[in-house]
Amino acid sequence: MRLEIIVVAIILIFAGLFLYISESTDAEFGGSDGEAEGVIEELTGGTYEPIADPLWEPPSGEIESLLFGLQIALGAIIIGYFFGYYIGRNQSG
Amino acid sequence: MHIMEGFLPGPWWQIWFAVAIPVIVYGIYKLNRLVKENREILPLLAVAGAFIFVLSALKLPSVTGSCSHPTGTGLAAILFGPAITAVLGTIVLLYQALFLAHGGLTTLGANVFSMGIVGPVVAYTIYKVGMKMNLNFYLVVFLAATLGDWATYVVTSLELALAFPADPGGVMGSFKVFATIFAVTQVPLAIIEGAITALIFKYIIQVRSDMLARLNVLSDAAISKIKGAIS
Repeated sequence: MRLEIIVVAIILIFAGLFLYISESTDAEFGGSDGEAEGVIEELTGGTYEPIADPLWEPPSGEIESLLFGLQIALGAIIIGYFFGYYIGRNQSG
Repeated sequence: MHIMEGFLPGPWWQIWFAVAIPVIVYGIYKLNRLVKENREILPLLAVAGAFIFVLSALKLPSVTGSCSHPTGTGLAAILFGPAITAVLGTIVLLYQALFLAHGGLTTLGANVFSMGIVGPVVAYTIYKVGMKMNLNFYLVVFLAATLGDWATYVVTSLELALAFPADPGGVMGSFKVFATIFAVTQVPLAIIEGAITALIFKYIIQVRSDMLARLNVLSDAAISKIKGAIS
């Protein structure tokens, strides 16, 4: 259990820091990938034209979070399935 | 760390493809051989891939007031080595480029290089060195996954800096700016990734420690020592 306690403590520390920062500053918590786009614009004086556009973009933030959610769900199912399978197999000898 | 579609001009996007493709091809070769030799490995392979799937979709807030995501590649790198991890990383990055407009097809080479290759190489190297030094297993896994994650973001900063040197300041100048966004934001997230990866390893040892011995991740002696400490 010691490792679990350490891991939970680490997550709680950062969750606490997040709450503190979101309360005490007006940080927007936007994506760092998007911020890089702004920097490129500054560095090139706004002259940079992307050489390609995404083939398809999620039409809204909702759809985007749906697809991210699906990605996480699929991964979590696979991890849970195999751990469950092994634990069950080990128990039944 | 996803460089967005179109945001790497030539010759950079081609250069990163040229670097990434041989590693991916070698990874596919190694993957085929591993699976042929040992079909029992498939579930663990699926778990390592799924772990990248989950972690790279989790956008977490950081102390800098912006959000970023872990990479999840440390687990696969320690289990299967960097080349196979590059293949798994490519699959995830392709999914995100096609369905989420996250990253892109032109920037895929650069993103595979940072997340699928350099991060895993760093994680793998730290793991091997740490175990040679007889450090605590979970500490070594933590360090490997944390620094592998972090290295990915340093490389992304470098890739962008090379393509967009500042004037004045040059590559170093713009590297500082990109690193402030990526590498600094990433520190807490990398630590969380390291901690979670250590925890996953604890469970793998509990359920399938024989696989770790077969993959040469841990010696039998090391496994029984760790198991003794758990129970």
